[in-house]
Amino acid sequence: MAINASRNDLASGGIFVAFGAYFALEALRYEFGTPFRMGPGFMPVVLGSVLVALGIAIVLKGLGKADEGTSPPIPWRGITLVLGTVVFFAAAIRGLGFIPVVAISAFAAALASRNNNWLSAAVIAAGLCVLCLVVFVVGLGLLVPLVGPWLRF
Amino acid sequence: MDLIASLGLGFSVAFDPVNILYCFLGVLLGTLVGVLPGIGPTATIAMLLPITFTLPAETALIMLAGIYYGAQYGGSTTAILINLPGESSAAVTAIDGYQMARNGRAGPALAAAALGSFFAGTVAAFLLAAFAPPLARAALNFGAPEYFSLIVLGLLVSIALAHGSILKALAMIVLGLLLGMVGQDIYTGTPRFTFGVRELFGGLNFVAVAVGVFGIAEILRNLENETEREVGVKRVTNLWLTREDFRRIVGPVLRGTGLGSILGVLPGGGHILSSFASYSTEKRLSQTPREFGKGAIEGVAGPESANNAAAQTSFIPLLTLGIPAHPVMALMVGAFILQGITPGPNVINEQPTLFWGVIASMWIGNLMLVILNLPLIGLWVKMLTIPYRVLFPAIVVFACIGTFSINQNVFDIYAIAFFGIVGYLLIRFGCEPAPLLLGFVLGPLLEEHLRRAMIISRGDPAIFVTRPISATLLALALAAILVAVLPNIRRKREEVFVEEA
Repeated sequence: MAINASRNDLASGGIFVAFGAYFALEALRYEFGTPFRMGPGFMPVVLGSVLVALGIAIVLKGLGKADEGTSPPIPWRGITLVLGTVVFFAAAIRGLGFIPVVAISAFAAALASRNNNWLSAAVIAAGLCVLCLVVFVVGLGLLVPLVGPWLRF
Repeated sequence: MDLIASLGLGFSVAFDPVNILYCFLGVLLGTLVGVLPGIGPTATIAMLLPITFTLPAETALIMLAGIYYGAQYGGSTTAILINLPGESSAAVTAIDGYQMARNGRAGPALAAAALGSFFAGTVAAFLLAAFAPPLARAALNFGAPEYFSLIVLGLLVSIALAHGSILKALAMIVLGLLLGMVGQDIYTGTPRFTFGVRELFGGLNFVAVAVGVFGIAEILRNLENETEREVGVKRVTNLWLTREDFRRIVGPVLRGTGLGSILGVLPGGGHILSSFASYSTEKRLSQTPREFGKGAIEGVAGPESANNAAAQTSFIPLLTLGIPAHPVMALMVGAFILQGITPGPNVINEQPTLFWGVIASMWIGNLMLVILNLPLIGLWVKMLTIPYRVLFPAIVVFACIGTFSINQNVFDIYAIAFFGIVGYLLIRFGCEPAPLLLGFVLGPLLEEHLRRAMIISRGDPAIFVTRPISATLLALALAAILVAVLPNIRRKREEVFVEEA
């Protein structure tokens, strides 16, 4: 895309406008109150509007001056695997239990790096499993089933 | 109670074997995360917060404080040996420290950094002990308007000190404030921005936000550009400073300690600013300014003393006012709250063992750090050879387990993923994450004090300028923001931060 504007400014400004608009619009549904007795909606409406204004200002400032240099490519594989791991951990910790979840999470997270292969990821997963068991379960007494209900027959 | 008796009480707490053990664990972990680039004290403390829940309050705070100032020591090792700041405040140390290492003087550089830090830490802990009690007494007279103005001051100063675009820093603060408002309204109990999710009624989990924005986002950032680092110096020999070295570092250490102690109290990253300030001061005062950048020992000793002094004095606003000066202190607020203690001017009277115990432990911790960092330097050099591809899966898994263990709540882990991606995008687009976290912690306080002040004044906003202390604080806040936008100073500020890049 050959646009003469700072993509960083456009994108970050856009994020701020989106967040600000959400908070301000949602807060309009709460009681606004008066300056004397502010309702739950007062601060969010004011701050949300300020955030929208700041976002627009950032976008306007970014127009007409492109970013210097190119940013590195977005690491899609890393983002998918790391965030996927976190979501998987949340979804499966109760069902699968501590050991399988830590092993699978560590394995998947390790694969987010191009410098790891299947074998090194498996070694990292095994090592982390032992380490986490010692630190969190033995050392700190975290109460989670080691093998969860999904795996019991 | 006079100072001596109080310190006696503090040492009796700090010398408790359990506390000594946790102090040691803290400084050890701090050095470790300081040494390893890609993981800093903010993410570490965030992950360890849930664990400290089971410890007594003194022990927990002693350990967390140890992690923080320990990281200041560890960061310099990485800066000197591989020219990468292990911790952001060590960025300046890399300039001359790495050159010294290349000239075969890694040992004296490390020694100057450690001894300077030790001296600064010792003096700054004393300043903390001397100045915190009177400040806390003054703060007891603060009402809602004063607190509101103080929080505004803290937030705006943090913008003036952040690098990059001021507009973006301001937007990050406002976004943080808004995120802090998620949950039930304190006055009416109305649930706000909860999507009907029961877990959100108590607000977003602080640890999840911190781990997402500082831990996960940082990992994604590092995965953009994977290069394994190289350790130039495999063995460090001869740690002794020559008589000439000693003569050269005395001045920089003393000035660095002074600068750091003062700037550390400022909200918003005073410890980073202080090392830059010390470096430029030493360069200006030096009779041989040409040596700077080519391995001047003054350029290592000064900034390292400054950032360690600042690390200790940045506890002053937290312990006396309950206002965190930067994200790590914001996490300390979280630690206090987990323990059921409200940080603020009352801590010193209601929890004297905690207050004085933490201060006394700083001397013990600093002594341990000198021992850890000088004779055991070989161990840390080895640590530097742990590849990042092994390190980051561990951080991801620890983050999930740690956050889950706070209240066995799966929702908090989903929140990590959300803030990880939002944080990554914002950092990629040139926004600093620190102001967001500061805003997030201060948001509820800001709203509460604003609403209370307006009720006191019956809706008249003049209350903020008619009360002298509040008016002074607001004037300072205005000055801070003016300073940041004035073109002349703005250019200077950019120059300072260019060196960091």
